[in-house]
Amino acid sequence: MTVTDRPADRDVAAARREGAGLGLVGVYGVSFGAVAVSSGFEVWQAMVLSLVGFTGGSQFAYVGVVASGGSPVAAAASALLLGARNTLYGLRLSALLPRSPLPRAVAAHLVIDETTAMALRHEGRDPTGAAARAAFWASGAVLFATWNVTTLLGALGVQALGDPRAFGLDAAAPAAFLALLWPALRRRLGAAVALAAALTAVTLSLVAPPGVPVLAAGLVALVGLHPRVDATGRAGPA
Amino acid sequence: MSGVGVVATAVALYLQKLLGVSVPQAVLDRAWIRRVLALLPVALLSALTVVQTLDSPSGPVVDARLAGLAAGAMALALRAPFLVVVVVAALTAAGVRALI
Repeated sequence: MTVTDRPADRDVAAARREGAGLGLVGVYGVSFGAVAVSSGFEVWQAMVLSLVGFTGGSQFAYVGVVASGGSPVAAAASALLLGARNTLYGLRLSALLPRSPLPRAVAAHLVIDETTAMALRHEGRDPTGAAARAAFWASGAVLFATWNVTTLLGALGVQALGDPRAFGLDAAAPAAFLALLWPALRRRLGAAVALAAALTAVTLSLVAPPGVPVLAAGLVALVGLHPRVDATGRAGPA
Repeated sequence: MSGVGVVATAVALYLQKLLGVSVPQAVLDRAWIRRVLALLPVALLSALTVVQTLDSPSGPVVDARLAGLAAGAMALALRAPFLVVVVVAALTAAGVRALI
């Protein structure tokens, strides 16, 4: 462990640690691997979805629709509906990601819920963006590794890891998102947007297909169109 | 199972991500877009938090996940570090699930 003196270095080290810790949530891949194979997919197909698709919810949606007798087109549509929020995350993270094409294309692959939340949490603390970038890459790299290794184990029928739900891992991701949202919730506008989005999503989940509730809740952010709402989430001068 | 559909979907999921980071910075720098983008992750992640806590194949349900999230919120209110919050939530959900 390096000794760090400057506050910025400490922020970066802390961001990297938190990011790597969050990455461990990726062991949920064991569920995906097991579900995919028990739904009739080959091991290599589960791996293509995890390695190339790499966006948890969409992958579960794809194999779920196919397993319930849906057509591959319906399955793809359902997956892409869930994956559409990654496009929106990319817009928000754009300025933090590398500019040269190849590193940027690699970074794009890691733009998912967890890495976005992690990067934004640290962006608020360190205006240079160094901590946010460290959090993004650390959480992305560890998630990618754990998600793919455990997908393979689950697909190969390795039961030794057990059911992630027995360890409460299905509560870990929502709690992580809540923790990452926490600073925003202490601002009035942030709390109002979060509450409105949560209510929208729960209401729509009664009637809309998976993916739609979260995407539609994103429309709440359009409150930012009002010019008196500033980018830090506080109401501007009257 | 059709391998073509699997590969095409996986590639399309990547292209969705690439699309987002390919929008020119000049577009993103417009004032109204900046304001909307500043709030967008808050809205999406808040919605995701409740959906992941409550959703099930048969609609929203209350189960051990909600207990886990509530314990995580308490840990946050007590200013626990991030990873402690996540572990508290997971252990609480696991405990509740083991009991019921």
